[in-house]
Amino acid sequence: MASQEVKLIGFWVSPFVHRVEWALKLKGVEYEYIEDDIYNKSPLLLELNPVHKKVPVMVHGGKVIVESFVILEYIEETWKEGPLLPQDPYERAMARFWAKFAEEELLENAGIALCSHGSQKEKAVKSTIDALEKIEGELKGKSFFGGEAIGYLDVALGWISYWLPVWDEMSSMQLLDPMKFPSITTWKNNFLENPVIKENLPPKEKMVVYFQKRSKELAPAMASRRHA
Amino acid sequence: QKMAKEGLLLLDMWASPFCMRVKIALAEKGVAYEQQEEDLFGGKSELLLTSNPIYQKVPVLLHDGKPVCESTNIVSYINETWPSPPLLPPCAYGKAQARFWADFIDKKVFEAGGKIWMSSGDELEVAKKDFIEILKQVEGALGEKDYFGGESFGFVDILLIGLTSWFDAFEKFGGFKVEDYTPKLSAWIKKCMERESVAKTIVEPEKIYQCVVMLRKMNGIE
Repeated sequence: MASQEVKLIGFWVSPFVHRVEWALKLKGVEYEYIEDDIYNKSPLLLELNPVHKKVPVMVHGGKVIVESFVILEYIEETWKEGPLLPQDPYERAMARFWAKFAEEELLENAGIALCSHGSQKEKAVKSTIDALEKIEGELKGKSFFGGEAIGYLDVALGWISYWLPVWDEMSSMQLLDPMKFPSITTWKNNFLENPVIKENLPPKEKMVVYFQKRSKELAPAMASRRHA
Repeated sequence: QKMAKEGLLLLDMWASPFCMRVKIALAEKGVAYEQQEEDLFGGKSELLLTSNPIYQKVPVLLHDGKPVCESTNIVSYINETWPSPPLLPPCAYGKAQARFWADFIDKKVFEAGGKIWMSSGDELEVAKKDFIEILKQVEGALGEKDYFGGESFGFVDILLIGLTSWFDAFEKFGGFKVEDYTPKLSAWIKKCMERESVAKTIVEPEKIYQCVVMLRKMNGIE
């Protein structure tokens, strides 16, 4: 079953796609990558993910799995070598809790901060920093969120090590201040040094151009995802 | 105020559909627990504030003093800690489908329903239309099956059935009947209500309706 063909439909700069790629590569799973232009979505993407129409989409032996966290859990259950989640149910619940927290409180707000201006931006920057403080507290003392080695939560939050600094620099937000966030800063360096991660990152210059070009388009989508 | 260090303590609120999820899951597993009712409007307990400092919300399940937060996460935890009977299908793909619909339900159903009772006029019509559209998608996931996972009551059923206790209120304020748009889903609701764990947990719709009436007043909606 695990040896069946794996395809991954992605978009080169998506942090959601990258977390799936990191998981697959950390487990040594071979896959075929198919690039899809999300601004000109292919019929294949729309057919495979009719509910959300988004990447990443994973196809394994003909079965379609979507939503990056759902895909991570599927990868974990299908390829059992090198487990990313802890064994203990309580530790697993903690990892899943923090993954969801970071997605809803940090990623959303960071995205809004990047794409907005004035008081909306100020508010989003403050919410992002509040969320970072909580994550700093969760990380204290550990090399990785998973302990001594990269795990599920590192993969889920990996975008913080690379996408967030790019957005930070572009938008002069001073989010990841090493004085304020020493643990996250150390973790960021640990994470990026991992050979699997290092070799699977989008090119920085291309990223800056992309986000500069698209931030206007992304702005309303970012704001509308935020619930009152 | 209870401080159970051993065993299970659920920080609860009687009308919360998210707390109902946890109670149903625990009942399905035949696990005993204590409950502490939280007064979310009058003053949250110290235990709630320290157990869930990030969100300060119910439900929180304390297991030997260690808190688990977020209802879907709690149901997963219950399933993994007491594996029998299993709430998820045995295969990875079945689990993935369950988690996908759990995520969809969590992101869309309750919020869309909330927009119905929180709005009026044109906004209400839009909210109603959106809610029905979302329910149709969920009904599509059920298909011809008895339950979302197939032949056994499980994870997705538990997550959704608690929310349906609020449907009566949505229907009253929206002036519609879920049954007219998603009859298969309505039949599934009836079937689930025959289970002891569900029947004992789901709060009577009339009580929820009165709760929503009060919430509307508190939010200055007329």
